Amino acid sequence: MEKKIKSLKNKANEIRKLIIKMLACAGSGHPGGSLSSSDIIATLYFEIMRYDVKNPHWPDRDRFHLSKGHCCPALYAALSLSGYFPSEELWRLRKCGALLQGHPDRNTPGIEVASGSLGQGLSVACGMSLAGRIDKKDYRVYCLLGDGECQEGNVWEAAMAAAHYKLDNLCAIVDYNHFQIDGRTDAVMSLEPLVNKWEAFGWHVVQCDGHNIEELLYAFAEAKKIKAKPTVIIAQTVKGKGVSFMEHVADFHGRAPTEKEREIALRELEEIDKTDEARQE
Amino acid sequence: MEQLYARDVYGQTLIELGKKDGRVVVLDADLSGSTRTCLFAKEFPGRFFNFGVAEQNMMATAAGLASCGKIVFASTFAMFATARALDQVRNTICYNNFDVKIVATHAGITVGEDGASHQAIEDINFLRAIPNMKIIVPCDGPETKSAVLCAYQTPGPFYIRLGRSKIPTVEGKGDFVFGEGRVLVEGRDIAIISCGLIVQEALLACRSLKDKGISASVVNIHTIKPIDQNLLIDLAKRHKAVLVCEEHQVTGGLYSAVCEVLSNKFPVKVGRIGIEDRFGQSGKPTELIDLYGLSSRFIVEKAQGLLQE
Repeated sequence: MEKKIKSLKNKANEIRKLIIKMLACAGSGHPGGSLSSSDIIATLYFEIMRYDVKNPHWPDRDRFHLSKGHCCPALYAALSLSGYFPSEELWRLRKCGALLQGHPDRNTPGIEVASGSLGQGLSVACGMSLAGRIDKKDYRVYCLLGDGECQEGNVWEAAMAAAHYKLDNLCAIVDYNHFQIDGRTDAVMSLEPLVNKWEAFGWHVVQCDGHNIEELLYAFAEAKKIKAKPTVIIAQTVKGKGVSFMEHVADFHGRAPTEKEREIALRELEEIDKTDEARQE
Repeated sequence: MEQLYARDVYGQTLIELGKKDGRVVVLDADLSGSTRTCLFAKEFPGRFFNFGVAEQNMMATAAGLASCGKIVFASTFAMFATARALDQVRNTICYNNFDVKIVATHAGITVGEDGASHQAIEDINFLRAIPNMKIIVPCDGPETKSAVLCAYQTPGPFYIRLGRSKIPTVEGKGDFVFGEGRVLVEGRDIAIISCGLIVQEALLACRSLKDKGISASVVNIHTIKPIDQNLLIDLAKRHKAVLVCEEHQVTGGLYSAVCEVLSNKFPVKVGRIGIEDRFGQSGKPTELIDLYGLSSRFIVEKAQGLLQE
């Protein structure tokens, strides 16, 4: 177990470093929410999900849908590390003719459905989940939502439908980093009590620290056991996690690091690797 | 003359498709009795999903189903299928080029008594600008069946626009070919181009014009997108005048589509019969068609005017 957690921590940090590098290279994009979701995405792609890079359309694969599409740098990093496409593509992010678009596009290997306009992803995931039921498949569907995104009405329409149709093959994750573009979510538009809202809509709710791999592993395992209702993992996270000057800063929701900021950020992330290694020894 | 509800034909055609192909899934948003998807629901309860009064969720869920290989028919009233769920249709259905066939009923001013809030007269305009979307406006029951079969066979998103009322079947139309307009009457002086329910009015107008010594062609452009450019150019060349008639705002519908082709390829003056930038109101469908200037007598008047210019 410890070995597994260490390896997933490494992957998450790899993802974070790639996010910083690709956004600095692109000159625009969304570091804050990408960094806050890195541990969740690493846990899904390198432990929880069933997929085959050589056969991306394998009908039995688990589905992942990034409803908070602007955080695609984290997903692109995971897809690249999994081998869906060569890492060189990461340095062409957001450029004309690139495989990696500013928001997820279906032409990118590993992307199931485009996203970017917030609030629609949970519905898409419901569709994937219903298709699995019709086809009597045992795949699971994972959908990552932003906290600000939960202000969209469409999210709650989907939440209502998922519970109505008892979609227990569906697991939503809310990356609860408490920030959106205009500031703190509780200042812009309060989401609380968020847990009660999901429960009232008929979901099984698991709360965890979205940066604690062990807690995430338990949360996903619990979600898999719950029958006759969908599960949502409310993952408490830190916007900009891992880079000191980006943490809890709304400005880094949608601003790429400068060249200088890139250097400092990468140094800090390297430090995390070193500290983790020292702890292991 | 045979008179059919296009939506009944739609429901029956769905059953045929459901029997033939297990990939066909049907969705509705609390209007399955009106859109007639209830017929499919009864036959195939495992492949029908009602989403309640939540059209945005229905459309994005349709995309999710299609991403897993389903051919999805999603139905509600035209107002809600287009205006309410436009972002979902644009970003999640069309951008992904998914097999989602939106078959919307109760389009146009002939919804009647329910009034302006339910009269979708901008729906073609909303969808026509979206890449990948294909649009068919059938003129009667049999053409509705052809349109639904065509949408099923042709990959990618479709919008099929149906009305609420019973419509007489247009005889002698020939075979339905997607993207090709149908010349119903060959004339020499004026080409009357129309779609949907207004094709009936155009045919009536053609008879009146004949009595007045004017020879009119009547053309049914069932496929609004992609539009039959060659036919439109040919019609403009062969007639002294062109008149477009539709149950839609004059902005963004068939009239606009025809003008976009002709202004670019063969510029001629194009007359129009449509709703002139205003909302509808309650009333009987026949009264409203007349009150809003869409009935045959207005077509006759406009045609005469165009030929005198």
